[in-house]
Amino acid sequence: MDQRIIVAGASLGGLRAAEQLRAAGWVGEIIVIGEENHPPYNRPPLSKEVLAAPGTPQEVLAKLAFRARRSATGIQWRLGTRITASNLADRTITLEDGEEIGFDGLVIATGLRPAQVVVPGPVDGRHVLRTIDDAMALHAVLVPGAQVGVIGSGFIGCESAATAASLGCTVTLVEGRTGPMERPLGSALSSGVREMFSRRGVDCRTAVSVVAYRGDGSCTGIELSDGSLVAAEVIIEAVGSHANVEWLQGNGLDLSDGVECDRNLRVLAADGQPMSRVVAVGDIARYPDVRNGLPARRVEHWATPTDTAKIAAPALVAGIAGRQPAEAPAPLPSFWTDIFGTRINGVGSPAHAEETRILEGDPGQPQEGVAVGYYRGNTLIGVVNAGLPASRHLHYRQLVLDAGALVTN
Amino acid sequence: MAQITVDRKLCDNHGQCAIAAPKVFSMNDEGILEFEETFDDALLDEVEEAIDVCPVQAIFVKD
Ligand SMILES: Cc1cc2nc3c(=O)[nH]c(=O)nc-3n(C[C@H](O)[C@H](O)[C@H](O)COP(=O)(O)OP(=O)(O)OC[C@H]3O[C@@H](n4cnc5c(N)ncnc54)[C@H](O)[C@@H]3O)c2cc1C
Ligand code: SF4
Repeated sequence: MDQRIIVAGASLGGLRAAEQLRAAGWVGEIIVIGEENHPPYNRPPLSKEVLAAPGTPQEVLAKLAFRARRSATGIQWRLGTRITASNLADRTITLEDGEEIGFDGLVIATGLRPAQVVVPGPVDGRHVLRTIDDAMALHAVLVPGAQVGVIGSGFIGCESAATAASLGCTVTLVEGRTGPMERPLGSALSSGVREMFSRRGVDCRTAVSVVAYRGDGSCTGIELSDGSLVAAEVIIEAVGSHANVEWLQGNGLDLSDGVECDRNLRVLAADGQPMSRVVAVGDIARYPDVRNGLPARRVEHWATPTDTAKIAAPALVAGIAGRQPAEAPAPLPSFWTDIFGTRINGVGSPAHAEETRILEGDPGQPQEGVAVGYYRGNTLIGVVNAGLPASRHLHYRQLVLDAGALVTN
Repeated sequence: MAQITVDRKLCDNHGQCAIAAPKVFSMNDEGILEFEETFDDALLDEVEEAIDVCPVQAIFVKD
């Protein structure tokens, strides 16, 4: 019988893993199992263009579906199918309907789901944003004049606040820290982004948290920790995420924050040793930051599924064959976000900086073009630029690569 | 030799392709994509990577 690899999760990570398994010479079976009914599709437009103007569900899917590599043939897709349990020692997974499937190798690519705000009050009117269905439902209520409260000002919160404001909604952005996207960008750029929001009429309430939602049956307002009340009938909760790890419980893994891996993306067993037949890719994988010598962390950016699949797939194929994987490269994280038409591009690990320095422009005016360097000691570990041509972004990316001790990609 | 097309209506000048396959794609000083319309088969791996990393899936290859 053919040997079989199961890929759990059918989004970007699952697709890239399947493609990279073929690229790594795997000729056995590949079954990709995913809970959503849609084939893998692109999520970033869900808080940007698609939230602004989705069209019909068919049009959205046509626009967003990924094209698989032509070399990725003979892949079986089981969509609309949830995995509920696994036994890694016996090498089986169990589906919702009780069917058990055996595997020779397993790729964990079940990603994240949005966290929600746990406070008293009505449930109607509250939204999260991760899937096509979420975006369609949210678009339908973002009508001109709607009062919208966005909770959390990370990338998804900021982008949906900007999109809602462009659609003519009255938007309040609620953030527990001191400014929008402050954690990934640092305080200087965060203030500039706040300015951009203010100019477009978005009210940023910072250093406050939600105490309760108000309303009878459905939301009409948000009660904040400073005692103020914000009128809002549409609530967008963008307060982080939970890793979809429940189906991995009972195997002795460290599931406290995604799935813990070594630098080859091999999942660590209870004894801390890497397993040869189980790897993880994408948002769910917590892997060491070898570039900066920092502890393992998850990297929730679009580039991560592709970067990690390139490492995990050959490691899994080697593991099944009883070989050690080749030395893995250390991917350089990168992200982008679009706020009111200004592109913000980041490379490296700005959130881990001890110090920031302005490389060009005025961080108070991100839309005019600015670049900020992020340092640990004297080492440049990241750059974020906004409103600059992509050629500048490539230049700064090279500076970060050159500064790193590990130049591997 | 294989041929590349980029859907310019989709391309958002992210520049990711120029990182993955710098012999084929580059960004000019205005930040606009420039690319070679044909490439040697030896570069197929790099070009497939460029296709993968394009956030808007704007790159197409035909042989
Ligand atoms: C609205 C939005 C905007 C974004 N914008 C940007 C951006 O501008 N820039 C950027 O760099 N990144 C952005 N991202 C992040 C990027 O989209 C993610 O990093 C990427 O989607 C991660 O892919 P993944 O395959 O690892 O996980 P996911 O996309 O989360 O996929 C996991 C899949 O597994 C399935 N699954 C879960 N549990 C099970 C189970 N038990 N059984 C079967 N299937 C299961 C899920 O249904 C899902 O389809 C954005 C994300 C969102 C949601
Ligand atoms: S990566 Fe895609 S969007 Fe970016 S320049 Fe290349 S083709 Fe255009």
